[in-house]
Amino acid sequence: MLRYTVRRLLQLVLVLVVLSLLLFLWLRSLPGGPVTAMLGDRSTPDKRAELTSVLGLDQPLMVQYGKFLGRVAHGNFGQSTGVAPGDSAIGVFADRFPATVELAIGALLFALVFGIPLGYLAARRRGGWLDNAGVVTSLLGVAVPVFFLAFLLKYIFAVKLGWLPPSGRQSPDIDATRVTGFFVLDGLLTREWDASWDAVKHLILPSIALGTIPFAVIFRITRSSVLDVQNEDFIRTAEAKGLTNRTIRSRHILRNALLPVVTVTGLQVGALLAGAVLTEKVFAFPGLGEALSIAFTKKDYPVLQVLILASATTFVLVNMLVDLSYAVIDPRIRTS
Amino acid sequence: MTDGTSALPGSGRLRRPGAARKARIDRLATVGGRSGAPGAPGTPAATDEDTADVGVSLLRDAWRRLRVTPVFWVGAVIIALFVLLAVVAPWIAPHDPGAQLLIGQTSRARNSIAPPQAGYPLGGDTFGRDLFSRLILGSRQTLLVGVFATLIGLAGGLVLGVLAGAFGGWADTVVMRIVDVMLSIPSLLLAISIAVLFTNPNLTSVIIAVSVVQIPVFARLLRGQMLAQRGSDHVLAARALGVRRAPIVFRHMLPNSLSPVIVQATLVVATSIIDAAALSFLGLGSQDTASPEWGQMLGEAQDRIDSHPGLAFWPAGCIIVVALGFTLLGESLREALDPKNRR
Amino acid sequence: MTRTSSAATPDLFAGPGAPGSSGSRGAGPLLSVQDLHVQFRRRGVEPFDAVDGVSFDVAPGQTVGLVGESGCGKSVTSLAIMRLLAGRTTRVTGRVDFEGTDLLSLSRGEMRDRRGRDLAMIFQDPLSSLNPVVPLGVQVGEVLQRHRGMRRSAALREAADLLDQVGIPDPGRRIKEYAHQLSGGMRQRALIAMALACRPRLLIADEPTTALDVTIQAQILSLLRSLVSDHGTALIMITHDLGVVAGLCDEVNVLYAGRVVERAERHELFERPAHPYTHGLLASIPRLDAAAGERLTPIRGSVSDNIPWTHGCAFAPRCEREIDTCRQRTPELVPHDERRGDHLLRCHNSVPLDQVVAEGLAGPGHVARAGHEAAVLDRAATGPADTAGGTR
Repeated sequence: MLRYTVRRLLQLVLVLVVLSLLLFLWLRSLPGGPVTAMLGDRSTPDKRAELTSVLGLDQPLMVQYGKFLGRVAHGNFGQSTGVAPGDSAIGVFADRFPATVELAIGALLFALVFGIPLGYLAARRRGGWLDNAGVVTSLLGVAVPVFFLAFLLKYIFAVKLGWLPPSGRQSPDIDATRVTGFFVLDGLLTREWDASWDAVKHLILPSIALGTIPFAVIFRITRSSVLDVQNEDFIRTAEAKGLTNRTIRSRHILRNALLPVVTVTGLQVGALLAGAVLTEKVFAFPGLGEALSIAFTKKDYPVLQVLILASATTFVLVNMLVDLSYAVIDPRIRTS
Repeated sequence: MTDGTSALPGSGRLRRPGAARKARIDRLATVGGRSGAPGAPGTPAATDEDTADVGVSLLRDAWRRLRVTPVFWVGAVIIALFVLLAVVAPWIAPHDPGAQLLIGQTSRARNSIAPPQAGYPLGGDTFGRDLFSRLILGSRQTLLVGVFATLIGLAGGLVLGVLAGAFGGWADTVVMRIVDVMLSIPSLLLAISIAVLFTNPNLTSVIIAVSVVQIPVFARLLRGQMLAQRGSDHVLAARALGVRRAPIVFRHMLPNSLSPVIVQATLVVATSIIDAAALSFLGLGSQDTASPEWGQMLGEAQDRIDSHPGLAFWPAGCIIVVALGFTLLGESLREALDPKNRR
Repeated sequence: MTRTSSAATPDLFAGPGAPGSSGSRGAGPLLSVQDLHVQFRRRGVEPFDAVDGVSFDVAPGQTVGLVGESGCGKSVTSLAIMRLLAGRTTRVTGRVDFEGTDLLSLSRGEMRDRRGRDLAMIFQDPLSSLNPVVPLGVQVGEVLQRHRGMRRSAALREAADLLDQVGIPDPGRRIKEYAHQLSGGMRQRALIAMALACRPRLLIADEPTTALDVTIQAQILSLLRSLVSDHGTALIMITHDLGVVAGLCDEVNVLYAGRVVERAERHELFERPAHPYTHGLLASIPRLDAAAGERLTPIRGSVSDNIPWTHGCAFAPRCEREIDTCRQRTPELVPHDERRGDHLLRCHNSVPLDQVVAEGLAGPGHVARAGHEAAVLDRAATGPADTAGGTR
């Protein structure tokens, strides 16, 4: 188990090193190169020359890469040029990080709370109406572009019906105390219940939009996994022991069937990070994804670097955690 | 969104190092790797000639099951109609999709567009162009995006996967590390990162951005297949007979590895079309509005969705139906080729 | 005891006039299977009778064998008794009376209450029959929690006791372990512990030794034999292995194509196998005392050659002694010999005794020599269960 963890950590380091190299090369290949990348399109030749020597762009590639690594290690990615001009790029990231985490949690909750029970029921009544409806929904879920779904939800529930707020994280008329930057949590900590509730309402539509693909995927993997497990011999043994349906369901079917669900859920984190770009743009939700789309349009390359590196790191880390947790929950891996 | 179809069980997308992944690759690998037991046991057909050509019998077997699957037919019909539409589009589109024929009824200031009228069944868009004609011709570009993105991704993945799978050793290590890193960037972010490298986004840049994302997926899938094949009895037998590496790889290992790749390719067409739409939505799509593409039309319509939802709904509907068609086809193929379902 | 033999009960319980007086234990059968049919129906496939009118009785404490090739319906019979067949694709008809209650007429909940408590079952493949991600102690204990209302901790302690009883060393440690950490023999012992946890009156063992090594097989069989006799549990032993039958069973039912073709007490069956199929099974066992150069005589053909019972005798196409009648009239299960009322046979042209004797097949000694389990069993049974081979 320890060796496994160490090996996975080494893999992580390797991936990150290669990733930084790719990021470095990517920055150099951007239209205009890294100087434009850091200064933006409208910069004076003087400033360009200054930055060129500051960045050491006249030095050999290897040296440049070393310096780049050094800056990355110190969290020095330069100043934002478009998203929040003047702020440090890493600061932009820190400001917006909690928003996206809240959104991702909301989306995953939506996906898991509906995906697992529905997947289980669909498998237990294979071919029933719930099964058919679930399969059709999950197929549709992956065929609908996320941003269009977001538009649709916003159009119906916010614009037409007015049930939920169409954009943002918090209504402007609410003056909430900030503690952690996680709005729902802040409201709970400061007992400003209405601020918390308001933040939750702002999260509902984006969470559904963002959570639809993870829902579809989790529904399907749960369903097929339960279908596999319920034909296993040990389920017959459990039946032969006269166990109640509840015991069979929770201890024998689900405990086995959920193993692959854990992995797939980890993989969905990547989809969430990508989907957040689209969802947050539609709902003007001030998270990392919105920052990313602004950064693209305004060519704010310092912010882009941070965001891409951060999301890749998060994704790799989450998947490592998933792999490790898999080893913890599956005794066959744990004890061998 | 981009990972939707492909992150389903058994797909190659987003595979991370680890036991679970390995297990799933192994499971997938049996689709092409399993060579025994063709046909039903006890049927007289399962004799020498069948075992001699497993590939054929596998396909025949799959077709036998596909034929009775409604999902397959729905998907196939959608795709057939879509391709047909794309082919005949220039002849059936009533108007030039670039011509601003209804500009007189369009006003940016008053936020009004031309309503449906005789000759223009869906009215005009924000530039006064015929929406109906644009939808019809949009099928061409969309088909191009889907097909070429898949082909490029497939070709790249094929090269990398065969390199890794056929040679093993250090070739395998190097290729798989690259693939791991590519997979460590969420796919849409990778596509975006590539798309911004182009100064002037156009259809080609979109195709490239969307297809590069698929290369590691195909590479990993194919490598898993090839690895499973390398240990299989018929490859060992060929080796023992002294057959050289190239014929073994291309005549024995590759053909038997292809069926999950075909399944994946079908699903990737849908993913590519949706990804391309997402790029357009972010302003990274083709800027050439004279040759319309559905994703681009949808991206253009986003600002007016509150006042003119139709402008978004039509292209979105087209994308959804076509993506669904490829997804349905891919999923039914997967089911049909899954040896677990064989009897 | 068979149904027919229950008519002969007065002989056994020399009490005139009170043969069927219920209440006295051992008088009536514990389990009485009557005209059991199991039909598999899948969409697009002709319905198929896997079990086609099987009847037999099991007395308390008795061990009854169901013998036959794969596909003869023996496992399906046992699953039907336990009501473990999928409801949608199978149709079960007939009666399965357990202590006077027809199990087939019970509600699902009532059946659930009985499974694991009154009747229990162990299966062929011990690895796949154990849940891979649940510790053994929990898997044994959950039966006690369910049927004896024990608390979790008490059930775990009892589980350790049970594992000890079935000969698993260091049970305190084993209850925390998982199936993959045990050897095959240990797994089967654990399954036996689960099945016997609530002291059921009937245990069904479906090829419990097929997936095990030969030496382990003998240990498991001797364990089963001693537990069954200690607890007074009746046992239905499902096997294709006549050696197992010879070592364990009081009465044997030979199944072919979903029907009982021959039934007899163990010694009777081995001394006077009358059905050509039974005869063939015996003749196809390799024997140590066979003359050098003598060939094994396998039964020709396979189950796929069968003709439907409605058209005659299903075994006819493979039978050495086939006569014209065999393809014209369906044979009935009737007493083979007036003097031996409990030897039943379904055959138009049975094997004459003199042929059996001439071939040297007769006698349980032959089987004891032939069946490897039986041979090892005799040795294994003399001492306490040897667990040396059971550790990892």
